[in-house]
Amino acid sequence: MVLGNYKTVVSARSTDKEILKGAQDGGIVTTLFAYALDEDIIDGAIVAAPSRSKPWRGHWDIWRAEPRVVTTRQELLASQKTGYNICPMVTPVKDAVRMHGLDRVGVVGVPCQIQGFRKAQLYPIAMRDVPDKLALVLGIFCMEVFPYQSIVQLVEDHLGKKIDSVKKMEVGKGKFTVRTERGETASIPLKDTHKYEQPGCHVCLDYVANLADISSGSVGSPDGWSTVFVRSKKGEQIWNEAMTAGMFETKPMDQVKPGLDIVKKLATEKITKNRKTLDSRATFGVGKGLRNPYLNL
Amino acid sequence: MQRISNIFKKQEPEKPVTKKFVEKKAESGMKEGKPVAEKIRAGHVHESGCTGCLVALADNYEGILKILDRYVDWVYDLTLADTRHIPKMDVALIEGSVCLQDKIAVEEVKKARENSAIVVAIGSCACTGNINRFDRGGQANQPQHESFVPLSDLIDVDVFVPCCPPTPEQLRNAVLMAYLLLKGTDDQKKLAGRYLQPLMNLAKSPFFSKASFNTLMQEVINQGLCMGCGSCAAACPVRAITMEYGKPQGERDLCINCGACFAQCPRGFFDHGLTEQYESIMELIQEVLK
Ligand code: SF4
Ligand code: SF4
Ligand code: SF4
Repeated sequence: MVLGNYKTVVSARSTDKEILKGAQDGGIVTTLFAYALDEDIIDGAIVAAPSRSKPWRGHWDIWRAEPRVVTTRQELLASQKTGYNICPMVTPVKDAVRMHGLDRVGVVGVPCQIQGFRKAQLYPIAMRDVPDKLALVLGIFCMEVFPYQSIVQLVEDHLGKKIDSVKKMEVGKGKFTVRTERGETASIPLKDTHKYEQPGCHVCLDYVANLADISSGSVGSPDGWSTVFVRSKKGEQIWNEAMTAGMFETKPMDQVKPGLDIVKKLATEKITKNRKTLDSRATFGVGKGLRNPYLNL
Repeated sequence: MQRISNIFKKQEPEKPVTKKFVEKKAESGMKEGKPVAEKIRAGHVHESGCTGCLVALADNYEGILKILDRYVDWVYDLTLADTRHIPKMDVALIEGSVCLQDKIAVEEVKKARENSAIVVAIGSCACTGNINRFDRGGQANQPQHESFVPLSDLIDVDVFVPCCPPTPEQLRNAVLMAYLLLKGTDDQKKLAGRYLQPLMNLAKSPFFSKASFNTLMQEVINQGLCMGCGSCAAACPVRAITMEYGKPQGERDLCINCGACFAQCPRGFFDHGLTEQYESIMELIQEVLK
């Protein structure tokens, strides 16, 4: 089952104009968190926000993502942006419950990070107070990510744009595209970006965040819309409530283009490729292999 | 006494957990005030540790009372049970490292091994040596006590529950799963076995009992497995790890060698099939402690 367990899948778009304006696709994650904050389903959420860290190579890292604990709609809206670089979303989870004192936390992440959150719930080896406090776990589809420095390498060395002049980054239609403040665009075929990917992504066996309560991504739906999998009991309950409250407009998956088949196709491709990688790691050296975290230690 | 290797057979692919266990518990007559015949015998053995592990177990509050009420006879414990010598037990929870110069400690852990079907090392002192690894003797009133080793240097350990201290939730899960492994139906044994498997692997691992931040580097990053989730940074009890540009950066002088970062890392160990059942497993745990 490359798409994991799910109860329903639809194509959806937020009805919140303010959120849609800043949204990469259908604004699903931001709208769900805004709704959950409003309705007192969560006390706060961990989201990806532009870095506030010190400048690197002389410029502010506006595209560098950092996890941040937010508790209001304003903070939440300030953090909408995708930079395709690693944003370690699990890092603040213990602080969120133990320092910020949040009893119900919303979290979002790519599939591997959702695996981290679920492992924290099932094997809370060092995750005191975390297991029963994850109130809404949202997943995002993910093929691979780049280290931040890889993004800089692509934008500055390959595309010849200053990283801090970039207004939008997009992966789609086989290309990595950036648009600058002045309206220029530049792109590079995705196949030329592969070598800069994070190595850990090549053993990843999940494309659509199978372990999230609700997972979403642009693939499968028309521009400006998102494909949404509603997976767990909790996810279903919150999704249905949000629908009743009019937070989203939806279309059945079989009535949108390109539809669920492309999601299935990409998921199958990713998982097949990465299974092969895992196999080849087993015989990587001469009579010696690399460690497989999914088997014995 | 039957050792865990006899009880524990190779695991087959899992069926989803059913409500069966809960229903079975209800039938099996947990009648108010009456002892339950199906309890296991367990106890706590204390070596060179700070008692933080025992406190963490107690921090399950009413959860621990329910466990003692329904599932476990607490037969040995320095502070809570009136027993002088280590008795026969199904499950021994051993806290603390062993000091090689402390004859009594060495004898005790050997005895605990001999008398127990399942030995669980609780806390990092027992699993990896932890802060005791830095001991070099000289402390009053036994200055010659200078060599502290994790349990698995001296005896076979079946299950590791690392971290400093281990969490109440993880200790609870380990105890409940050990109970299911010994007293459950075939399905429950299978689930419990599969749940405990990675913690058993940690106990048998060639490197984990020597864990430190370097283990995370060597076994995750150096192996091309890290995907930058930050679980390690969240896990570290002394905040020795920060995430720099999406990868863990360890302040090695702060590291106390607890191994929590590696154990919590999804690329340390991860069982897709088991984790997929997170909903039913968590419901089950809640249900049995209701
Ligand atoms: S491809 Fe997998 S490992 Fe890489 S970021 Fe995406 S979900 Fe994580
Ligand atoms: S927990 Fe593991 S995979 Fe996640 S950032 Fe740390 S080392 Fe990398
Ligand atoms: S870095 Fe932190 S979690 Fe990892 S072994 Fe050291 S003290 Fe433990």
